[in-house]
Amino acid sequence: MAKVKLADWKEQIRTPEIECMSRDEMAALQSERLVKQVKNVYENVEFYKKKMDALGVLPGDIKGIEDIGKLPFTTKEDLRDNYPFGLLAVPQNKIARVQGTSGTTGKLTLASYTQKDVDVWGECVARGLTMAGLSAADRIHVCYGYGLFTGGMGLDLGAQALGAMAIPMSSGNTKRQLMCMEDFGATAFACTPSYALYLAEAAEEAGVVDRLQIRASINGAEPWTEEMRKKIESILNINSFDIYGLCEITGPGVAMDCIHHKGLHVYEDYFYPELLNPADQSACADGETGELVFTTLAKEGMPLIRYRTKDLTSIEHGTCECGRTLPRIQKFTGRTDDMKVIRGVNVFPTQVETALLSMGGGVAPHYMMIVDRENNLDVLTVMVEVDEKYFSDEIRKLDQLKARVGAVLKQALGVSVRVKLVEPKTIQRSEGKAKRVIDNREL
Amino acid sequence: MSVSNTIQQLSVFLENREGRLDEVLKVLSLAEVNIVALSLADTSDYGMLRMIVSDPDKGRSALKEAGITAMLTEVVALRVPHATGSLCKAMHQIVKGEVNVEYMYAFANGSDAAAVLKSDDAARVVDILKGSGFDVYSADEAYRANQ
Repeated sequence: MAKVKLADWKEQIRTPEIECMSRDEMAALQSERLVKQVKNVYENVEFYKKKMDALGVLPGDIKGIEDIGKLPFTTKEDLRDNYPFGLLAVPQNKIARVQGTSGTTGKLTLASYTQKDVDVWGECVARGLTMAGLSAADRIHVCYGYGLFTGGMGLDLGAQALGAMAIPMSSGNTKRQLMCMEDFGATAFACTPSYALYLAEAAEEAGVVDRLQIRASINGAEPWTEEMRKKIESILNINSFDIYGLCEITGPGVAMDCIHHKGLHVYEDYFYPELLNPADQSACADGETGELVFTTLAKEGMPLIRYRTKDLTSIEHGTCECGRTLPRIQKFTGRTDDMKVIRGVNVFPTQVETALLSMGGGVAPHYMMIVDRENNLDVLTVMVEVDEKYFSDEIRKLDQLKARVGAVLKQALGVSVRVKLVEPKTIQRSEGKAKRVIDNREL
Repeated sequence: MSVSNTIQQLSVFLENREGRLDEVLKVLSLAEVNIVALSLADTSDYGMLRMIVSDPDKGRSALKEAGITAMLTEVVALRVPHATGSLCKAMHQIVKGEVNVEYMYAFANGSDAAAVLKSDDAARVVDILKGSGFDVYSADEAYRANQ
């Protein structure tokens, strides 16, 4: 535990020749890789041959990264339709590992990796860990789940590539997590932000914060806010970093934020990002919000061309204060499929979180949104946990708090909200991705 | 030895879900905490259970351990003789003293009864009542009432 102030921070860059490359050199590298990849998928993946033929695009039409817009998209549905191994560009015996995510509709999304893909994945996570100020001397406590979910394995591979000690805790059993963190002298930990906050609160409650040697946390796999980061940082007295990834592309390590927290640096030498207008798929300018789309430039096992993530964000290409030229994606404003249209207004769960945190106390930033339709009218209920410190036995005070939360949420979302106060620590903390919205409308 | 004139009430926030009250009572019963008096206030989405118990600290920690939010609140238990108009007279003194009463509930204790009062200034309520000839329960008396 020793949060480093920005003024005292010493930036470490694992691969400056890539991470600080000029835009021209990067475009040349990307062009070379894209041309090769397009030829590869056209020749080896039936699905892409058919898609390109249907669009009348041949590998020879793709001469550089500027031609990427000519290529077809890939969607999550395409992955499901070709489940489990239909999109491989190599024979199945070349696959060293599979990882997956449980789809909300039941079927898994499966991703296949060759050994080289696994190595690249570890390398990208190691770049991120370096960005968080970690080195071979560190001990990284991984409380992401291990298994098909990429969280545990991704951070483990990163620690390995870095030469650090990996502590493969997996998720759950908070008391044991804290005990091992202390006993093994962990200097960093990785998990979802909601679980990080939960762990931080638990450490504070148990009075063990001062006994921990943690100085950094790496958190991702669900959207979170600056306020939440600051809360985790202040309870544990550490620096927290945001890591992004999705198993279809590789897992955590696609992008990560540096100490300046001005967006997440995308490892665009491997994962080429495009920001597209959700309405017509035209390219967004820097700063404009759109859907994030990735092309895996060097993947062997299951290369994806223009994969639509459904994540909404914006991108900046300017050089960062940390020295990296890698473009930065901003924190997600939501997902195209998490977005709820309530009485005609677009509402994102992250807006609720930001609003609750902006209240500066009274309620915890854990919530659940429930959308119902009563008498043909959409009704949004938000369940909010009362902060233990603000708990009162006077109904008048709780009702005032409830009214205040309702006003803040209405202001932030633009729709009226029914607030339901619930007991502290009763809303589920996630170990994977938190479910924040229940939509009961039958449309 | 000074005798405390205010008493600790155990207050529990209860979400309106099935079996929640049952859970709370079970925790207290297992911890061998006796309930002397209780009041349950309800709103459309939660309830507030307020209790005078045999050992408020023990009750609170047992509930906390079970993951139930509970807090201790300072209240005054006014001794009310079983005579018509006695509560009215006491209340009149409190009103005159300009103290705001948030809520109140009562329990009988053999020869007399107790009116449990929550105000914004418990010490002042004790002063007002004692100054006008009324008596209040000490903490020990209240926690062991009816035993």
